[in-house]
Amino acid sequence: MSADPSIPPAALSGEVRLPEKLADVEPVRSVRTPIRLEYDFIPGSASSGYLNAFADRKILGQRSPVDGAVFVPPRGVDPRHGAATPDYVELPDTGHVGGFCVTRLPIPGRDDLEIPYVSAWIHLDGADIGFLGLVAGIDTSEVRMGMRVRAVWKPDDQLGRTAENILYWEPTGEPDIPVTAAGTNAWHAKQAAESGEQAAGEEG
Amino acid sequence: MAERTAVLGVGQTKYQTTRGDVSLPGLVREAAYRALEDAEVGWDDIDAVVVGKAPDFFEGVMQPELFLAEALGAVGKPLLRVHTAGSVGGSTAVVAASLVQAGIHRRVLTLGFEKQSESNATWALSLPQPFSVSINAGAGGYFSPIIRQYMARTNAPELIGCMVAFKDRQHALRNPYAHLQQQDLTFDQVVESPMLWEPIRFSETCPSSDGACAIVLGDEAAGDASTKPVAWIHGAALRSEANNFPGRDEVNPQASRDCADDVFAQAGITDRRAEIDEVEIYVPFSWYEPMWLESLGFCEIGDGWKLVEDGATHLDGGDLPVNCSGGVLSSNPIGASGMIRFAEAALQVRGMAGDHQVDGARKSFGHAYGGGAQYYAMWIVGADKPTS
Repeated sequence: MSADPSIPPAALSGEVRLPEKLADVEPVRSVRTPIRLEYDFIPGSASSGYLNAFADRKILGQRSPVDGAVFVPPRGVDPRHGAATPDYVELPDTGHVGGFCVTRLPIPGRDDLEIPYVSAWIHLDGADIGFLGLVAGIDTSEVRMGMRVRAVWKPDDQLGRTAENILYWEPTGEPDIPVTAAGTNAWHAKQAAESGEQAAGEEG
Repeated sequence: MAERTAVLGVGQTKYQTTRGDVSLPGLVREAAYRALEDAEVGWDDIDAVVVGKAPDFFEGVMQPELFLAEALGAVGKPLLRVHTAGSVGGSTAVVAASLVQAGIHRRVLTLGFEKQSESNATWALSLPQPFSVSINAGAGGYFSPIIRQYMARTNAPELIGCMVAFKDRQHALRNPYAHLQQQDLTFDQVVESPMLWEPIRFSETCPSSDGACAIVLGDEAAGDASTKPVAWIHGAALRSEANNFPGRDEVNPQASRDCADDVFAQAGITDRRAEIDEVEIYVPFSWYEPMWLESLGFCEIGDGWKLVEDGATHLDGGDLPVNCSGGVLSSNPIGASGMIRFAEAALQVRGMAGDHQVDGARKSFGHAYGGGAQYYAMWIVGADKPTS
């Protein structure tokens, strides 16, 4: 590993002889070829139910038949147990912020987003995993893990069968959830509370 | 018992923003050629080729392993492609090693690559899904909330991430293959660099690189026959988990802990910090150094940042030097980045790491993670043959 790494091995760097007529032509170093693809989106049964419900300002999850965990968006399957999740659960449009990122650079296709903006894991009340949402209506420096939020919806005449019906999530002003019970900790906090209740019940 | 397996040779390209002088086949050929040269074997000595890279849509070339077969000397030989997102370089090396360990092949060439100048990784990682909310800004947008959780859990001092970034950039100055060579960089400049994905600063983020890394693996007879020092594989492991499920510990995922337990058990290592001489872990964002040190069991949970603060992970004077090559923070050809960690670990125990060599390194740890911190690949290599 002693040779200069920026000099390619001699065996791979033979001299290139161009025909005379190309001698003064500027070499082509790269070519950009934008491509596009049009396709029909077929969301499958679980996602269809989820997306259709948005037209009625409803958020649907699915419940695990094994341990009762509620998934949103629903994917038709419980990822831990491999069990099908045919039963939908209607969820409220309130919850709390889990982990979040204050993003200070633009992303493709979202020129409408003012920088900086907050992308956050929103943990809906009654759901056991989070999904990504935009948090607004508050200074980015004020956003906290455990902060209570509610959905701000598009006007009725603009509703479609899309999760984009929720414009952003705004603070409700309620007290924060403790960080130890927020975001991905929520499931463990819930399990602990339930086993505590059960233990108390057994004692009684 | 598995066939003892050795790293016979390593080949890397100089990592840089754009390798405009070579095509994709030219890039991989260069790394492969150097690995063969280091291993002192020819193309005919290779029985099979195992290739890894990040998802195809990064460069927009579907199944590139097929059109690269000729450049890789794989025509007429078994050619296998591995897919595990950012961890792929590590997973690819583990798969290649398994072909030798299982006694299927004597010598295997394995290679990872990325030509980021011909792609746009942040765009590729921000693909809008139809009818869903598109607000995630690439890998930084995904990992920033997890880093924030780590900071909240541990109350680590705010500048720990900057210390990691500055250390890795200093290490990179001692590795001629490293992409970033920031001679005049100061710690204050790292601290003052702009926030991109708060709490991640620009200087706490990996670069976009072109590059390829190749390893030649051989069986015990091939290792014994080598005239140069070889690196013997003492353990190799893979694990994965789903990226979103109730109660998932995103900061310290179970798949990471399980993979580490497996690979250290294979190597018969009980005191991880004392018995490992050099660590190459996948740190694309600075805070992942303390996070992985904890998850991998090099220290107690909550203490990772203290190793950084104490200088324990620095090449000069640290008892557990981490990423002496400069790490992913200094070079990031994505599909190669995991394999570079594995290759650098091998170079250390072969005593061939040049100016970033850890004196007397006998056992070294290579690591890669990918996806939503859900795919893991690890290996432990030693200067001596494993006894079991």
